[in-house]
Amino acid sequence: MAETVTGSRLEKVLKSGHQAVTSECGPPRSSDASHIITKGQLIKDHVDSINVTDNQTSVTRLCSLAACVHLKLQGLDPVLQMVVRDRNRIALQSDILGAASFGINNVLCLSGDHQRFGDHPQAQNVFDLDSMQLVQTVRYMRDEGKFLSGDEIKQPPSMFVGAAANPFGDPFKIRVPRLAKKVACGAEFIQTQCIYNLDKFEKWMEGVRERGLHEKVYILAGITPMRSVGMARYLQKNVPGMDVPDELIERMKGVEKKKQADEGITIAVETIQRLKECKGVAGFHVMAIEWEEKVPEIVERSGLYPRPKID
Amino acid sequence: MIVGQQKPFEEIWQLVKDHKQFTVFGCNTCVAVCHQGGNKEAGILASQLRMRAVQDGLEIKIDDSGIERQCEHEFFEKAEELIQGSEAVLSLACGIGVQFMASKYPKTPVYPALNTTFLGDVPETGLFSEKCQACGDCVLGVTGGVCPVSRCAKRLLNGPCGGSTHGKCEISKDTECAWQLVIDRLEALGRLDDYEKVQPIKDWSKDRAGGPRTFKLEDF
Ligand code: SF4
Repeated sequence: MAETVTGSRLEKVLKSGHQAVTSECGPPRSSDASHIITKGQLIKDHVDSINVTDNQTSVTRLCSLAACVHLKLQGLDPVLQMVVRDRNRIALQSDILGAASFGINNVLCLSGDHQRFGDHPQAQNVFDLDSMQLVQTVRYMRDEGKFLSGDEIKQPPSMFVGAAANPFGDPFKIRVPRLAKKVACGAEFIQTQCIYNLDKFEKWMEGVRERGLHEKVYILAGITPMRSVGMARYLQKNVPGMDVPDELIERMKGVEKKKQADEGITIAVETIQRLKECKGVAGFHVMAIEWEEKVPEIVERSGLYPRPKID
Repeated sequence: MIVGQQKPFEEIWQLVKDHKQFTVFGCNTCVAVCHQGGNKEAGILASQLRMRAVQDGLEIKIDDSGIERQCEHEFFEKAEELIQGSEAVLSLACGIGVQFMASKYPKTPVYPALNTTFLGDVPETGLFSEKCQACGDCVLGVTGGVCPVSRCAKRLLNGPCGGSTHGKCEISKDTECAWQLVIDRLEALGRLDDYEKVQPIKDWSKDRAGGPRTFKLEDF
């Protein structure tokens, strides 16, 4: 097993050679934590680590850091998602220390959706750093034990550092170079955008392997089950950077309404089964948006259960 | 150049309607190019305001005039008398001109008739487009001559984000993705390999973030 450098369970699973399974929970639009705890409990035996989204789609919610603390107190391994939209370098570094102080050992560095999509389109945005620079920042804090200012951090944060990749964003020709950039910045794991166009994803992975990037970073393939043909169409038309092929829409349409959700789950399972064989895919990130109860079924049917025991 | 757009008429009217007299001043440089704040527009706005005053049964004397550039002392000479004799001024200059006027005439109320919108160019007749945010530390040399600070909705120095679709930005199908433009341009220059150079964290202290900026020529 490759040597681990943080207390992260995700790091241990990946470095011991297992295909990892992560999932995500979106915090509530309320101060009631029971919601996130229930979600975590639903999936905890079927995943290694759980991402907590950071005001996703720019809609104001209970903060990612607090939600991670709630999951951590339940004995789970949370992945703190951090977008650079809402906080400057002072606040970001401060939150990283705060998270580490609770034993939160994973961070996923993201740009964040533009606030135009959210509940406060009139808000100012920050973008002091970009997502790559946040990756560099966390690595610097951890490895050099310093703030960006150069000042010393007595007890550096023990963080396993991740970033996102969207093989379906344009222009396609820089999507592998872009991953190389994130790796050069210090990303240790990658969680991808939801994969529906498998051919395109495999083509991207080919480019990734050509450059040997799969040996430098753990790539977790993003999986989101579709609940209905309506959702499939919505993703295809309205979500920038999402690639849903027409065949999938046709397949969902060909199934009677009551059974479309099951079909969506089956598609997710088939996707995982196919990508398990794709060299360089180190695991799966199952994002069942507001449908967390389906994660165990997907994981079991994909042959990814039971999860490895890690001390 | 500086681009501005006239405020909604009703908003302008609410600013000035309680005066007995005021003078409308155009600024005949940047904001004249975008047909929003030149001397001609000042004349038109003044007549609209006169009509509105009549409609509301108010007796207001509204004069209009122009100043070539409302941001430098020398251009004020000809207008001096008129400004001194005005109860208030409605300026069609950008925010710079409005403030310059206000600081020159501390006892005269000066109101803005424009919203100063951005620093931009004129890519085609009648179209104005933001190109610079005066961040104080130009990166155009490494981004193929396309400014991500002003033209990327997330001002990413290492873009594009995952939302770039068919050359358009995730915020709107009508907005070009600046990073698509950067990449196209690097490719045209035969420098696509430069894409992989990681741009360092920016020093925003040279931007608005560092407080108001000044610059003094030592020889003057
Ligand atoms: S789509 Fe392009 S312009 Fe829009 S935020 Fe992303 S990188 Fe910036």
